Amino acid sequence: MDETIPAVRAEGLVKTFGELRAVDRVDLEVRRGQVFGVLGPNGAGKTTMLKILATLLTIDEGRAEVFGHDVRREPHVVRQLLGVTGQYASVDENLTATENLMLFARLQAVDRQTARRTAATLLEQFDLSQAANKPISAFSGGMRRRLDLAASLITRPPLIFLDEPTTGLDPRTRGQMWETIRELVANGCTVLLTTQYLDEADQLADRIAVIDHGRKVAEGTSDELKSSIGRSTLTLNLVERSEIPSAAEVAHRLVGEPPTLTPEARRLTVPLQRSDQAVDVLVTLRDHGIAIESVNVQKPSLDEVFLALTGHDTHEDDAGGRAGDGADSTTDSTSHLEIVR
Amino acid sequence: MTALTTALRDPSATLPRRVSPRATVSQTLTLAWRATMKMRRNFEQMFDVTIQPLLFTAMFAGIFGGAISGSVSDYLPIIIPGLVGQTVMTACVATGVQLREDMDKGVFDRFKVLPIARIAPLAGPMVADMLRYLIAGTLTFLTGMVIGYRPGGGVFGVVAAILFGVFAGWSLAWIFTWFGTIGRTAQGVQATSLMIMFPLTFISNAFVPTETMPSWLRAFAEVNPVSHVISALRDLANDGQVTADLGWAVLGLAVIIAIFAPLSVRSFNRKM
Ligand SMILES: Nc1ncnc2c1ncn2[C@@H]1O[C@H](COP(=O)(O)OP(=O)(O)O)[C@@H](O)[C@H]1O
Ligand SMILES: [Mg+2]
Repeated sequence: MDETIPAVRAEGLVKTFGELRAVDRVDLEVRRGQVFGVLGPNGAGKTTMLKILATLLTIDEGRAEVFGHDVRREPHVVRQLLGVTGQYASVDENLTATENLMLFARLQAVDRQTARRTAATLLEQFDLSQAANKPISAFSGGMRRRLDLAASLITRPPLIFLDEPTTGLDPRTRGQMWETIRELVANGCTVLLTTQYLDEADQLADRIAVIDHGRKVAEGTSDELKSSIGRSTLTLNLVERSEIPSAAEVAHRLVGEPPTLTPEARRLTVPLQRSDQAVDVLVTLRDHGIAIESVNVQKPSLDEVFLALTGHDTHEDDAGGRAGDGADSTTDSTSHLEIVR
Repeated sequence: MTALTTALRDPSATLPRRVSPRATVSQTLTLAWRATMKMRRNFEQMFDVTIQPLLFTAMFAGIFGGAISGSVSDYLPIIIPGLVGQTVMTACVATGVQLREDMDKGVFDRFKVLPIARIAPLAGPMVADMLRYLIAGTLTFLTGMVIGYRPGGGVFGVVAAILFGVFAGWSLAWIFTWFGTIGRTAQGVQATSLMIMFPLTFISNAFVPTETMPSWLRAFAEVNPVSHVISALRDLANDGQVTADLGWAVLGLAVIIAIFAPLSVRSFNRKM
């Protein structure tokens, strides 16, 4: 088989639930070795799309292939090439962590010894050795997620689907999950992941497709998307109100656009072409002897991305859609860089 | 690190397009192992095949014994095989209910994406549940013997009766497995199953001779496969004999399998 055959290819994929077109004519191509991110708000159709590709839901229209194998005609082959980690952990509550991994390995004809060895290594890798012989019911959410991912890896599939791998995880566990995903890719795995967070797609994905109401509304690299959908801004609070005009002039010269001024708050907001321009602005202001009280760099948020791409925001038809993700306080896509004198 | 650095499965390799019969059997046995682990860890789910046979055997023998046969010891050869049938039926209902509960669990989502036979997650628990029928049948006979039952069929007769009881349980379980695959909730499955289980068990010759029933009940009791199963159990355990009833029972069970196994498999596959 040809090495250039993509890991996933979908054309005009449609899935309807009654009146609702949950996935609406989506084209997708995931190259081998890529991390492909599907970004979209709750209810956009991300899970439905993954389920179709994973042979869990039937295709209503269009076609999909995994490593050149038709998902509809060769589901068994597709399943042999796939590891799937869903939004909710799919492990057996009645078994221990080791028994779970053994079960999934044995079901896939891995011999007992190899299964035991691989299970032990995976548990160690995922920092679960301590809990290897504990029942899953005693596991925290993060531990379940990790075990779930380990279960998907036990037969070393070349393609992994991750449905919102970090939704609901605390920042530390989220960081660990990101590390693991990077390791997978470093070892040659292809990853298709979904996320609600621009930040996460930005960190992990080589290529991002933005979907909304079942439709793909944009696709590109993280940088391409960001420059097309919104820009970072640099907000400066000066010590002296009188220095605002000269600061504005410096900023204008550096970024090629006039900043927005809020003199009563001694503030100017500078639109950035690239995030690193913030440093240029700060350094130049210091060279001019302009004193700065505080600084804040803001990247475009997911809400802004959606507003720009779809003309509506992410929460419009989904009141408190992200409310369920209680553990995430760090996930709004704003990065703060506060310097206070 | 080794787990993540071992070679990936090669996507260019020629992979089988379907599951071989041998692999299907092995996957079914692995899932049967899983089901027995579950039994071990949730022992309360085993009450229907452990505590219940003990209680029911002592209770039913005491209650009906005097009324029907004049004495408890005369009644034991009639009721003990009847109770074997009844406890196995109860255990069958649990097979369907537990399948429904299982299908709602997260782990089923993983079974669906694994390259395994679609039927294995259904067949595995059904194989494991034969162990439950075995326990139920054995305990009922043992309790009977403790309270004075002396099976005339000897060891051979009783062992044959128990094994036949296991087969009957497995066959009848297809009815309740079908309910399990079509019901929306475990409670719903439980309710429907009991509605079927009670008439099948009680409108039979399990506890009272069918001659005492009104004619319309008797008509049902006499064609009821459960009646034939129980007659066959009695003939095996009490006389060590294979009689025509065993033939009728096997035929009845075969019809049940022929109807409900394809129905179950079809509706289960739709959900897999
Ligand atoms: N089995 C189903 N039956 C009916 N509607 C569904 C079903 N699954 C998903 N949906 C609907 O399809 C849309 C997309 O859902 P989903 O793919 O889960 O979105 P996401 O994963 O992006 O949050 C939602 O409006 C959801 O309510
Ligand atoms: Mg989802």
